[in-house]
Amino acid sequence: MSKLTQVVSKGAGQINPVNIDEYLAIGGYDGLKKACGMKPLEVIEEVKKAQLLGRGGAAYPAGKKWEHLFHIPETPKYIVCNADEGEPGTFKDRLLMSKLPFKLIEGMTIAGYVFGAKAGYIYVRGEYRKIQRTLQEAIMLAKGAGLLGKNILGRGFDYDIHIISGAGAYVCGENSALLNSTEGKVGRPRIKPPHLAEVGLFLQPTLVNNVESLCSVPDIVIGGGDAFKALGMPDSGGTKLVCLSGHVNHRTVAELPLGKATLREIIYDAEMGGGIPGGKRLKFFHLGGQSGPIGGPDLLDTVYSHKELSKAGLSVGSGAVVVMNEDVGVIDYLLGVTEFFLHESCGKCVPCREGNKQIYKILKKLAQPGAAVPADLVLLRRLVTTMISASFCGLGQSAAVALNTAWKHFKEEFEANVDKSNSGAAAAA
Amino acid sequence: MQEQLTEGQVLKIMEKYDNDAQQLIAVLLDIQAASGANYVDERWSALTARVLNVPLSKIYDILTFYAMFSSTPRGEYVIEICKSTPCHFTKAEEVVGWFEQVLGIQMGGTTLDKKFTLSRTCCVGACDVGPVAKIGDEVYGDLTLEKVSTLVRSYREGLPSFREALACQN
Repeated sequence: MSKLTQVVSKGAGQINPVNIDEYLAIGGYDGLKKACGMKPLEVIEEVKKAQLLGRGGAAYPAGKKWEHLFHIPETPKYIVCNADEGEPGTFKDRLLMSKLPFKLIEGMTIAGYVFGAKAGYIYVRGEYRKIQRTLQEAIMLAKGAGLLGKNILGRGFDYDIHIISGAGAYVCGENSALLNSTEGKVGRPRIKPPHLAEVGLFLQPTLVNNVESLCSVPDIVIGGGDAFKALGMPDSGGTKLVCLSGHVNHRTVAELPLGKATLREIIYDAEMGGGIPGGKRLKFFHLGGQSGPIGGPDLLDTVYSHKELSKAGLSVGSGAVVVMNEDVGVIDYLLGVTEFFLHESCGKCVPCREGNKQIYKILKKLAQPGAAVPADLVLLRRLVTTMISASFCGLGQSAAVALNTAWKHFKEEFEANVDKSNSGAAAAA
Repeated sequence: MQEQLTEGQVLKIMEKYDNDAQQLIAVLLDIQAASGANYVDERWSALTARVLNVPLSKIYDILTFYAMFSSTPRGEYVIEICKSTPCHFTKAEEVVGWFEQVLGIQMGGTTLDKKFTLSRTCCVGACDVGPVAKIGDEVYGDLTLEKVSTLVRSYREGLPSFREALACQN
């Protein structure tokens, strides 16, 4: 029996993305219609029951976020969709927005109704220019059909959605940086608290949710929170869009019920990854984007759910599963990861700005025979600890996660090029 | 060849966004796209600062912070090769070599006719078809030497049907 499912991605690739009648024919906008007949708190209750953990990467419970915002008295409130999908190895929001733009618009409109918001913003990364146009077209069509804009569904509820383009900055995926960028500023993160639910966009109470999270909302409303939760695990409800890339035969997006498949099945099953090309062996997999953990073959039988992965020292993150075969060196791979963070660090705080630079230098040494000394490894460990505990935002705190987890599984590769005869303390120069 | 952007056109871009300083990033992206050389000229930065009533330093803050901007002229088409790990380890470096060979320039360079600039970029969210190159708004995946030379020819000779057939559909 197939492990795959189509709930959140139902209709993707099967209907014309910018034909609203085709979206209505597969049950589109049933969620909004039902939600408009409910009290806002009843909708929030369903989102809470669904145990929907944020799909952007941080896995914060969406129901909790919604409830927090609801009880804040200040108005106006804003709805913002984080569509700055920039985690390397992640391309599921691209699928949802390009194939099912109305679903995102419907999810955001339900949120608009719940919070009495007048405006919502979809912050789409600058690299997705074509998707911005698709969404814009869908917005116009939804307005024409009375499902967005003035007097939605004839209920006297007004709500509009605007598209904001990023311009190439990974850090804008961090929600407070994203809000700064939406306001036309540089996307450096803000200090928290205050929480964005209290002081968000234009300093007003704001909901920021990922594309996949918002696309899950219509399904939660239609079938009820309990039914959505039952698709997955009691602690992490529903389904997850998993993005397979790297050395797998099928590089694709697969929607899976959380907790119903193992990493081995995801990578090797014919209907999912389909195994590694050329019959090569697995070296490691990298989950949830560049900021996520790395695991080796011994963890392949871990069940793909937030709780089980976390027990194994792994995480779901954005849903990326980057597979690397036996030919890839761990240090080489980490150099690629660190180069990415070196480029994407916004430079605001020292641990992240300088930490990535120093890690890169040490990894370069570790890649050459005899270039590193034991003290380099000690310094590397200290840098990792400093970055995790002292960086200003999630970017710096998670930049060394891949390195830290790879250390546990592939310590011998870190040590391979270290000149053990040289115990000089001046190694870090 | 490149068309020169006029003051009137730049003012029109700002008007399209109601001369709203909150739309600064969108305004600058449009100016860059209309420049013909993929950059925001100093003159237009100064004009934007004046019309939108923001300090010039804020414009430079944005131009230097966001990777998609350039304040120096580039080719009419910027070819960006993804260097993030899913592409890097599926032979992105080979793709760089093919473009260098077909264009006759080094990574980071611009062709003499100012048509193409070759650069690297971080993940463009098309890891399912890596290694990929992004040219303008289009992404091209599963690249081979043959595809690379067809692409360059179609951009150079203005044959959109060729490149449309090769572009990723979403």
